[in-house]
Amino acid sequence: MKDIVRNYQSDIYGMFSSVGERMLYQIKFSGFTLILIFNTFIQLRYAFSKRREIVKQMYVSGVKSMLVCSIVALFGGMILSLHSGVELKKWGQQDVVPILMINVMNKEMGSFLTAIILTAFSGAAMAAEIGTMKVSEEIDALEMMSINPVKYLVMPRIVSMMIMLPTLSIYTVVLGVFGGAVVSYFQLGLTFEDYYHRVYESIWLKDMYVGLLKSLVFAIIISSISCANGLMAQNGALGVGRATRISVVSSYLMVLIIGYFITSLFYGGFV
Amino acid sequence: MIEVRNISKRFGKVVVLDDVSLTIENGETFVIIGQSGAGKTTILRHIAGFFDPDNGDVLIDGIKMNGAGSGKKMLLREKMGFLFQSGALINWLNVKENVALPLVEHKLGTKGEIDKIVDEKLRLLQLDDAADKMPSDISGGMKKRVGLARAIVRNPEIILYDEPTSGLDPVMSAKIDELILRMQRELGVTSVVVTHDMESAYRIADRIAMLYQGSIIECGTPDQIRGSVNPYVRQFIEGKLTGPIDV
Repeated sequence: MKDIVRNYQSDIYGMFSSVGERMLYQIKFSGFTLILIFNTFIQLRYAFSKRREIVKQMYVSGVKSMLVCSIVALFGGMILSLHSGVELKKWGQQDVVPILMINVMNKEMGSFLTAIILTAFSGAAMAAEIGTMKVSEEIDALEMMSINPVKYLVMPRIVSMMIMLPTLSIYTVVLGVFGGAVVSYFQLGLTFEDYYHRVYESIWLKDMYVGLLKSLVFAIIISSISCANGLMAQNGALGVGRATRISVVSSYLMVLIIGYFITSLFYGGFV
Repeated sequence: MIEVRNISKRFGKVVVLDDVSLTIENGETFVIIGQSGAGKTTILRHIAGFFDPDNGDVLIDGIKMNGAGSGKKMLLREKMGFLFQSGALINWLNVKENVALPLVEHKLGTKGEIDKIVDEKLRLLQLDDAADKMPSDISGGMKKRVGLARAIVRNPEIILYDEPTSGLDPVMSAKIDELILRMQRELGVTSVVVTHDMESAYRIADRIAMLYQGSIIECGTPDQIRGSVNPYVRQFIEGKLTGPIDV
């Protein structure tokens, strides 16, 4: 009997200890990420001298993901307009589809879809690349040469993401709305002229700047979480894999959570 | 001069270094030997400022490395070069760009001046033909030589070598040893070498210290180490399976 009680005690102790360890790690990681963002903004003064690296990262994180962005945006827009259009057509309200499309894409889906794609495409690559550098002592080598890893590695990646994510968000909105136009023309009986006329009438400046603000915030979240996970990687290839996985999952969760709060801030009656 | 004063370090519950003290004179080649996991690289990383000891101090030319801010550490590290076990070359830069990296990043000269310095170091390490190759296209021995070229490109006063001959064939090991001796002869650098390659240690060392379970158990010239009566040292240098060291 005493043994059973002791085993339970040990299990409970182990459970609390593991939860506590994880919480401590999360607190440490959050602090590290915030300091990393702060240091990156301090290093922004070197952005001009690092322009070649920034442009290279823009190519890696932006241009290379354009094909995936195009497919997701086009078909995302088509699915969205098809679902809404088929229902609205029953009530003779298919004219609303263009308004719905521009609103949804501008306010939410443009930045959200692009953030999801760039998390998988570029965020994972950043975490893996920096993580590999960490476990193969390349980061230590930089420090030994008195080269600040934040200036050399992190700042160009965050800046490139801050440029490319909003740019690709606009591209996603345009393509998503076009996908809606294709479905509206072929399956809902709207002409392209009518569709774009209604889209044009429904573009609001606030929706545009909130969408762009969101994509800018998402860019900082994705790139900083990915770089921080890479910099904290340890234990060889296994650690790099773990850092990559955690960076993708954490970025997705943070994009959703912060996305809600930004929406709530601008459309929930606060602003 | 490098002074390691009574440093102790533990990771979790494991005591890695226990009250270790060393003094390494200017221009000396000091070799630290010991089993894998004995704490050799940990000492090197304390000297480089990657770790702060739990107790004790590390002084470089009388200036405390432990507890120093990042700016002070940067200044102290300007005196040092570090040859990492794997070479730690930046994989997207070619050999020449890797060697030039510290000069380019700190803007220590015009492009022409930097090219001249880099070419000179590549020649010194017989890497002229590999200048345009990527790290993935060169052998392990070459990577170490490139790492060494990068470590000496700013003419450091101290070079720290982490297992410089591990994973190399005997001829390449001898080549690296010769380079370490050449650095001392031609550039007058202070070298701290971590290795468990005894042949290499005898070839290059002015003094050898043996680390066992986090403590220095013997320190002396290569001849003194060869003639040591300490059973731990004897077992290690003779590579015997039987003896007081747990295998």
